[in-house]
Amino acid sequence: MPVRERERLQLERLRRAVKTAYDNVPFFRKKFTEAKLGPEDIRTLKDITRIPFTTKADLREGYPFGMFAVPRREIVEVHTSSGTTGKPVVTGYTRGDIDLWSEVMARCLTMAGATEEDTIQNCYGYGMFTGGMGVHYGAQRIGATVVPISAGNTKRQLEIMLDFGTTVITCTPSYALYLAEVAEEEGISTKKIKLKAGCFGAEMWSERIREQIEKRFNILALNIYGLTEIIGPGVAHECPEKTGIHIFEDHFYAEVISPETLEPLPEGEQGELVLTTLTREATPMLRFRTRDVTALRREVCKCGRTLVKMERIKGRTDDMLKIRGVMVFPYKIEKALLEIKGIEPHYQIIVTRPQQLDEIEVQVEMSREVFSDEVRRIEELKKNIEKHIERSVGIRVRVTLVEPKTLPRSEGKAKRVIDKREL
Amino acid sequence: MKVKQISIFLENKKGRLYEAIDTLAKAKINIRALSIADTSEFGILRLIVPEPDKAKEALEKSGFTVRENNVIAIGVSDQPGGLSEALKILNDAQINVEYLYAFVEKTARKAVVVIRTEKADAAVKALKDSGVTVLSAKEIYNL
Repeated sequence: MPVRERERLQLERLRRAVKTAYDNVPFFRKKFTEAKLGPEDIRTLKDITRIPFTTKADLREGYPFGMFAVPRREIVEVHTSSGTTGKPVVTGYTRGDIDLWSEVMARCLTMAGATEEDTIQNCYGYGMFTGGMGVHYGAQRIGATVVPISAGNTKRQLEIMLDFGTTVITCTPSYALYLAEVAEEEGISTKKIKLKAGCFGAEMWSERIREQIEKRFNILALNIYGLTEIIGPGVAHECPEKTGIHIFEDHFYAEVISPETLEPLPEGEQGELVLTTLTREATPMLRFRTRDVTALRREVCKCGRTLVKMERIKGRTDDMLKIRGVMVFPYKIEKALLEIKGIEPHYQIIVTRPQQLDEIEVQVEMSREVFSDEVRRIEELKKNIEKHIERSVGIRVRVTLVEPKTLPRSEGKAKRVIDKREL
Repeated sequence: MKVKQISIFLENKKGRLYEAIDTLAKAKINIRALSIADTSEFGILRLIVPEPDKAKEALEKSGFTVRENNVIAIGVSDQPGGLSEALKILNDAQINVEYLYAFVEKTARKAVVVIRTEKADAAVKALKDSGVTVLSAKEIYNL
């Protein structure tokens, strides 16, 4: 779509979304009034920056149905976020929203190469989590066979994968690695598995993990992005070029802001992703602060799409650790770790403050490849890992080697950081 | 003349040593010699067993990280100066000893010393040339 046409469409939809939110959601009306702003003040796309931000805390305050912009009878489905850090956030869907969700998810699966000929094993959790149903609707829209297996029961997952000839898998990247590990343990050759692609998301991962998944299963591993507050999965998806995640900006308007000054950042600069829904009916969202760290790039992709691309999520502004005053993103530690040959991508970061100073312990699993019968060599390995992390992240950490398969594997989101500091 | 030794990575956690040894007991593997190197965070359990491959398999199945490598075993007289003589030979031949451990044989009044060095072949030659008894794997297993 030509830029001008896209912007015209976005503006038209934005104005409608703002008006709907203002007219029907007391929360937005209050925010606008406080900012001495009316819906008619949004005349250009740039005017979006005048709209106050919406945060997760705001949404929690509206629990359960305070953010709904339509009468309850029009709501056909509800989902919530996990609610691990407080009251969950509720998102509602009208029939139109489900239609939209199916459409954007169909685009995602299509980018991964799925067609009606494919069998999609959907290992995202069904239930209140949006992952399961989102993929489900997309798969139905393209006419693929969906296996609604949900998360867990790994041996059965593998059995079904073999017996049903699954060609596309959808799950978290850490679960994909776990599946590969169990397949190996069970003596199942991944050559017998017909998988060709996977849409992986719902947690942060790195290029190294992508390489591992692609190698172990011999598939194309692509990034899928979404969040409950906006719609669930289906906000953005990576094309096979693997040069960024295309945001479906005809439905979701993206900005990147500085998490400190809250000012919009120029293209290419890393900051916090802010999203506005342009076509949602039940729970429209204006300038939602996602807390996800990324950068936007507007270039015509080799795949031909003109949709803006966001970088792989680089961290969370609320996961960002401040260690001895230095900003540290856990993903950077992961990246450094994975650059060391023979180290498995299983680790945990533990932050403590024994006295006045913060200390970071990185627990790394010992692997057969790097184990030695000599203490000296293991000590050397430890020091090498420590030095490498210090060089690439800029902070000193203490590495502890633990026995293989003792760090938690997760079937949902992997818990990589444990902050034991009392701040 | 080299003997296979298996090494196991142990986190300093309660019960791990027992679990490793118990795995071997359940696999009906007798331990001929054993040593533990320990640091504040982890330990390395080193073992000489008659069926090292079987032991490795059993331990790996139970989730342990295991590694096999070669060591040499020598017999030294069980009296003052016995070990010193053997070490002098290696020292003179410029052979570094990474670590060693010893156990006393029940019948013949000899001590068996297990030596780990990077230059195993050279060490065997130097020791043999000087008349030290280098034991074969079979001899160790049949002690």
